[in-house]
Amino acid sequence: MIVRVNGTDTELAPGTTLADLVAQVAPGERGRGVATAVDGEVVRRDGRAGVVLVEGAKVEIVTAVQGG
Amino acid sequence: MAEQSLIDHDRQAAGFAPRPEASRAETGDHARATTDADRKVGDDPLVIADRRFGSRLIMGTGGSPSLQVLGDALVASGTELTTVAMRRVDPSAPGSVLDVLQERGIAVLPNTAGCFTATEAVLVARLARDALETNWVKLEVIADDVTLLPDPLELVEAAEQLVADGFVVLPYTNDDPILARHLADVGCAAVMPLGAPIGSGLGIRNPHNIELIVADATDRNLPVILDAGIGTASEAALAMELGCSGVLLASAVTRAHDPVRMATAMRHAIEAGRLAYGAGRIPVRRYARASSPVEGRID
Repeated sequence: MIVRVNGTDTELAPGTTLADLVAQVAPGERGRGVATAVDGEVVRRDGRAGVVLVEGAKVEIVTAVQGG
Repeated sequence: MAEQSLIDHDRQAAGFAPRPEASRAETGDHARATTDADRKVGDDPLVIADRRFGSRLIMGTGGSPSLQVLGDALVASGTELTTVAMRRVDPSAPGSVLDVLQERGIAVLPNTAGCFTATEAVLVARLARDALETNWVKLEVIADDVTLLPDPLELVEAAEQLVADGFVVLPYTNDDPILARHLADVGCAAVMPLGAPIGSGLGIRNPHNIELIVADATDRNLPVILDAGIGTASEAALAMELGCSGVLLASAVTRAHDPVRMATAMRHAIEAGRLAYGAGRIPVRRYARASSPVEGRID
């Protein structure tokens, strides 16, 4: 299935959870300081394992960078 | 000083309480009597919402050539609170600005830089709250990417939503006293007017408006943080002399030829400006006033 991850269409196995995806995109230490949204709604870190991604979902995975 | 008195006069005519300064009458050679409150100005902490900061300089982290230089400049600045932006995870990023702040014991203040609508800004603030475990946010909602000026309508809308959602909202705003008042009305924890557009280094283009914003915010016990436009140390000092409670700057330090030295200059300038504000400057005079005695001159 195709999910839009940070603006890029990405092939994911059916049944992939948001927690799985975060572990791929921001593994290990990089997962610290990361937040997620699916279809414009924030999914808090303790809720990620319970969110099974579906075809066409729009996922944002963000972290802090230099700015301001 | 004549201008100062006019402000006080007009404020009272408009129904505002007299500013604290208004009671500081000119006495002889001195601008005004020094009160106990004045004597504390200079070493009193910056208070925003329920937190106290020994430094009145809030730094930004944007524009730094490297994380090492950034870290050194932050330490030299003495800042205790520093902004970061929220962006999509870049798996190839060499290091994290969060580590730089954490290693130096500096608190993080996420911003909503790059947001054009209230909806975007509220989402980014909520993402930042989850990522960084803070309900503080520097709220930026800009109108376009040429001027980077705040969009007043979207800004107030976003501020209202975020305050209702439990955020401590520090809005980056125009140097507009009425807009600042609206932001105070919806429950912001400070107002942060620009001196000039972000990154412009144009200094404080409308010091009179900054004074008006300070006067109104003082009545509400709300700190004013001069945010954006500062180019060099004298401008940061001016912000403090105008009565601002603090200064937020990034480019002036991070894009200086020597960021660490400029950070040191900013720390001193903000301390000096704050002390001068409390000390009470002499009145501005049209003509000279001799400081040596007239009596006893030789014929």
